[in-house]
Amino acid sequence: MYSKQLLSELYRKLYAIRVFETQCIKLYRQGLIRGYFHPYLGEEAVAVGVCAALEESDYIVSTHRGHGHCIAWGAELKRMVAELLGRETGYCGGRGGSMHIADVTAGNVGANGIVGAGIPLGVGAALASHIRGDGKVTAIFFSDGACNNGVFAEAMNLAAIWSLPAILVLENNHYAVSTRVEDVCRTADMAERGVGYGVESHVVDGNDVLKVYDQARDAAAKCRAGAGPILIECKTYRDQGHHVNDPGDYMPKDVLAEYKARNPESICRKHMIDAGLGSDQVDGIEAEVDAELAEAVEFARNSAEPDVAEFLKEVESY
Amino acid sequence: MSEHTDTQQPVEAREIMYREALNEALREELSANPSVFCMGVGIGQRGGSYKVTAGLLEEFGPKRVIDSPISEASFTGAGVGAAIAGMRPVVEILFVDFSLLVLDQIINQAAKYRFMTGGVGRVPMVLRTQGGVGNGLAAQHSQSLEAIYYHAPGLKLVMPSTPYDAKGLLKTAIRDEDPVVFIEHKLLYMTKGPVPEDDYMIDFGKADIKRAGSDVTLIAWSNMVPRSLTAAEKLASEGIDVEVIDPRTLVPLDKPTILDSVRKTEHVVIVQEAIRRGGVASDIASIIQAEAFDYLDAPIEICAGKNTPIPFNLQLESACVPQEADIIAAVRRAVGA
Repeated sequence: MYSKQLLSELYRKLYAIRVFETQCIKLYRQGLIRGYFHPYLGEEAVAVGVCAALEESDYIVSTHRGHGHCIAWGAELKRMVAELLGRETGYCGGRGGSMHIADVTAGNVGANGIVGAGIPLGVGAALASHIRGDGKVTAIFFSDGACNNGVFAEAMNLAAIWSLPAILVLENNHYAVSTRVEDVCRTADMAERGVGYGVESHVVDGNDVLKVYDQARDAAAKCRAGAGPILIECKTYRDQGHHVNDPGDYMPKDVLAEYKARNPESICRKHMIDAGLGSDQVDGIEAEVDAELAEAVEFARNSAEPDVAEFLKEVESY
Repeated sequence: MSEHTDTQQPVEAREIMYREALNEALREELSANPSVFCMGVGIGQRGGSYKVTAGLLEEFGPKRVIDSPISEASFTGAGVGAAIAGMRPVVEILFVDFSLLVLDQIINQAAKYRFMTGGVGRVPMVLRTQGGVGNGLAAQHSQSLEAIYYHAPGLKLVMPSTPYDAKGLLKTAIRDEDPVVFIEHKLLYMTKGPVPEDDYMIDFGKADIKRAGSDVTLIAWSNMVPRSLTAAEKLASEGIDVEVIDPRTLVPLDKPTILDSVRKTEHVVIVQEAIRRGGVASDIASIIQAEAFDYLDAPIEICAGKNTPIPFNLQLESACVPQEADIIAAVRRAVGA
């Protein structure tokens, strides 16, 4: 069975992503966050389940919808908010922003503005581990949309022929921007594509953090034993359109309602109650995260913008 | 530690081929640092189409010399990812023409990674490739595409013209902390030149004056260097003394050496194999006119490839890229001879 501590940690991350995105969308509406913002709301269980199954020394590779991966990997909320606000104290000093947020020193190779481009990067990190024999695993997050980009097929094949320690985490949220997955993929499960390349492939409920966690733990163990790569297709759904300015009218209301009712937090909360945790303990976790987030927003708002003169000096080196 | 030098090779050095010099650089760096590895199509068992990687698989094994499927975008991307994760990959793309398949990974990923991560991330990767016309290789195997990489901030761009430069610059490229696009020339692989046996490296951003002269500054790189040197000898017999400068690295570009020469000779010819439109020569010309305008006695001459895909027929091919006669004519125009 799952320990109360594990369940509490999983819930803490799920909830942190939920409130982080919700709060940052407010900051966006206030004009404090600019540019593109692709919320991870609805998909939290994928990042949290996978990251919990990895070691701190492992690598993850994220996507344009990447805030959840960072938080699940242990990013500090204050440096996350600061980056979204484009401040010097952000993870990338305001140079990267939402679509390029990364924490290289912690093994988070980063988000990516190009759909699918992170897959070969992750295969490269896994290749590095393979050459060094360092026992690390790389979890590569990508979307159903990325599966129709050529590098998905190429990179999965490289991982397969070299037996690399890579977990290919296919976040099937059923939409590539506004294009329905069933309009661009003939098979019911995209995971079948992995099978075609000789890659062990699984399909899990991407809204249930424990289902994701179990599959990812199994995959990580196999990768460390030299039996990688493993593909895990996580079926999930976005809570909203592609980005904060996309109303997502093309998403059927009944399907959306069904997924929202099965949101990752409520499913995890049920697991916690089943394990004997009380609602006061759940509330306690939420209060801690709320306080951390409030501090993070304060920190970011009070942080300085990057200095233009300093920046122009940096640019000389190019 | 190896000694940095930007001087000409000692007189007594042995002569080896350009491809052998590159092979030595790879072998030495693979030996010196376990983080270095090579990856590409046909580089291991076959030793590379131009034999640059011959013998490396036998010496360093399949984890360090990796034969990849024809998946350019992804194995280049894997090189970028491995570099981010602390390795020093040397990725080979067989023809620079094929590097168009990997532009996302080079320009959107590798070139920008350090920048996008606020200076924290590093991509110490070398993309080795080769370009230029050969002998009838036609439109998709003959291009000179350096302008594309010159245009992308975050990349370094190296185009050696001699075996000595090829070896010293490749070693520096492998040890550099940033992504380096290293473009060889298919017609140079079999050319010979002196290369010392001891360890040496060549700093980036240091042009080499291949021939000192007083009448006109001729700037050329890659295979246009030997061609320009031959032209310069012929012009010398007419009494025109040409200074031939090889920047060796287009990014970073050694502006001081170029501008010093221009101030001395007051005449400039830039020779580039790539097509004229949007080329590196145009940018170098703009730098010279902006920074040394008062020294110029005549308009800058650009002797470049025609704005066309490269044709298959050899006579047509020759008509598309600067030949010795074209260079001589350009120099004469520049000096008003």
